[in-house]
Amino acid sequence: MPDVMLRHSFGTDGFALDVAFRAPAEGVTALFGPSGCGKSTILAAIAGLLRPREGRIALDGTVLLDTARGIAVAPERRRCAVVFQDARLFPHLSVETNLRYGLRRAPRDAEGPGVDEVVALLGIGHLLARRPGRLSGGERQRVALGRALLARPRLLLMDEPLAALDAARRAEVLPFLARLRDAACLPILYVTHALDEVDALADELVLIDAGRVVAAGPVEALTARTDLPLAGRRDAGVLLTCTVAEAAAGLTRLAFPGGMLTTTLHTGPAGTRVRLRLRARDIAVAIAEPRGLSTQNILPATLAGIMPSGDADEVFLSLALGPTTILARVTRVSVARLGLTPGMPLWALIKAVTFDHRAVPAHIADCDARLGR
Amino acid sequence: MLAPEEWQAVRLSLEVATRSVAVSLLPAIGVAWLLARRRFPGRALVDALVHLPLVVPPVVVGWGLLMLFGIRGPIGGPLHDWFGVRLVFTTEGAALATAVMSFPLIVRSVRLGIENVDQGLEAAARTLGAGPVDRFVTVTLPLMSPGILAGAVTAFAAGLGEFGAVITFASNIPGETQTLPLAIYSATQTPGGEATAARLALVSFTLAVSGLLLAEVIARRMHLWLGRG
Repeated sequence: MPDVMLRHSFGTDGFALDVAFRAPAEGVTALFGPSGCGKSTILAAIAGLLRPREGRIALDGTVLLDTARGIAVAPERRRCAVVFQDARLFPHLSVETNLRYGLRRAPRDAEGPGVDEVVALLGIGHLLARRPGRLSGGERQRVALGRALLARPRLLLMDEPLAALDAARRAEVLPFLARLRDAACLPILYVTHALDEVDALADELVLIDAGRVVAAGPVEALTARTDLPLAGRRDAGVLLTCTVAEAAAGLTRLAFPGGMLTTTLHTGPAGTRVRLRLRARDIAVAIAEPRGLSTQNILPATLAGIMPSGDADEVFLSLALGPTTILARVTRVSVARLGLTPGMPLWALIKAVTFDHRAVPAHIADCDARLGR
Repeated sequence: MLAPEEWQAVRLSLEVATRSVAVSLLPAIGVAWLLARRRFPGRALVDALVHLPLVVPPVVVGWGLLMLFGIRGPIGGPLHDWFGVRLVFTTEGAALATAVMSFPLIVRSVRLGIENVDQGLEAAARTLGAGPVDRFVTVTLPLMSPGILAGAVTAFAAGLGEFGAVITFASNIPGETQTLPLAIYSATQTPGGEATAARLALVSFTLAVSGLLLAEVIARRMHLWLGRG
C-alpha cells in the first residue's frame, strides 16, 4: 500500500507542494487536478527522479524515501515503473527488446505476468520486430504499458499516458489500460486532468489543486459531493457502478442498488459490470409521474437535499433512489415554481441515450482471490 | 603509379591519423561528457582550453608541445629519463601533435551527439532498473554514437593533413614523420619535384573525398539503426 507525504517548493517564492495520501494495494488511484497543480511532480518524487525538500514515501512497509532519516533509495532500485506521456521507448531497440528491458533487470524472485501474456493482453504481437519509430502513437503507448508492467514493479506510475494522443488514439488505448489494471494486481498511481479517464479507470481519487490535496476517497463517493471543485464542472455528476441485467432489442438494462436504468450502451453480456457517469445536467425531475414522454427512465426518488452549485442561477438536487444518491442540476426558478423541499417524493427523468458510449468494464478487485491471498 | 617513398608518405599519413584518433577518442568522450552534462567550477576554462588548438596557429601548438614534451621539458624529461620514451622527431610525436590539433574537433562532435540524447530516455531506463553504467552502455552510448563516429571521421580526415604542429614538433623526416602534406611541401621545394607534388596532392584529395563519402554512408546507416530514419 503506497503511503506518500511530500513537501517541496520551486524557487524561492514559487509554487509550494504539500501533500499526503495513501493508495490501496490494488487498483487505480487517480491524482486528478488542473495542469500545473503539482501532480506530475508528485509522481516524479515517488519514482525518485526528483528529490523533494521534505517527504516520506513507503510501499508495503519498505521505505523508499525519508528525508528525516536521510533515506533515499535510488530510482533504479525502487521498482516503481513509470509510463510517461511521451512513451519514451528506446528508439535503437526493437519493440521486443524494449519490452524485455525492465524484465531483464527485475529481481529473479519478482512475480508478474510473462512476455507472452503481456503481449496478448495489449495486442502488440504483430509489432514485436518493429522499431518504435515505425509505430503509431497509440501502439507506442501500448508498448510502453507492457514495458512498465514487465519490469515486475511493486508500483506502477502513469503520468498522463493518454494526454499526448488524439481522441481516436485515446479511445484505442483506454480499453487496454482497463485490461492492464484488471490483470496487474498492483497499486497504480494515475496522473490525469481528463475526467473520462478517471471515470473509466479509477477506483480511488486524490483531488489536487495548487499543490494541496483537496479531497481523497473512493471515486463514486467523491463524485456525489457538491462541495468539491469537481461539482463546478459542466459534466459534474455521480458515477454509478451497474450490472448488465439484460441486453436485448437495442436496449441494455442496467441494475444498480435502488433501481434499473435503460440505456443504448453496448456493454457486453448480462453480468458485465460497467460504470456510468450520470451527468447532473442530464437529469430532470417531476413532482408527479409524467406521461407521454419519450424518456425511458422515470425513476421514483426522494429529494434528499438542495445544494448550491457554484452558479447563482442553478442548484444541485440530491436524489435518493433507495441506497443510491444521484445529483440533478436544475434552475432556482424551477425549485421555486415546483415548491421543492427536502423530503418530497419526486420522479427522476433520465434519457436512455444520454450515456457516454465509451464506457469500459468496471474494475473488479479480485486479486486476493486470484492470487490465493 | 607512386614511387616507393611516395607510398611511404601515404602509409605514414594513414598511420599517424589512425594513431592520433585512437589516442584522443576516449579522453575526448570524457571531456565532452563533462562539458555537456556536468556543472563544475572552471568549466568555461576547460571549454576554452579544449578549443585552443582551433584558434592558435598550429606552429604555436607545435612549439608548446616541444616545450612540454622535449627531452628537457617537464613531461618529456621524465618520460625520456625513466621510460626511455622520446616523442620529439618520432612517428609517435607526429601522432601526438596531430591528436592535440584534432582533439577539439572530436570533443565538439561528441558533445553535440550527447546533447542530442533525450535525457528522458535515461530517466526511463533508470525507472526500469538500470544503474549508471548499465544506462550509459545500453542507452546513452548507442544514441550518442553518431556524434562519436562523425568526430572520429572528421579528426581522421583532418589528421591526414596536419602540417604546422607536426613539422614543428616532429620535424620532416622521411619514413619517420614525413606525412603527406610534409612530403608535398618538400616536393615543391625540390627542383623537378612538381610531378611528385601533383601525384601526392591527388592522393590527398582522393583520401579526403572518400573519407567524407564513407562518413556519409555510415551516418545514414546509423540513423536507420537508431530508428531515426
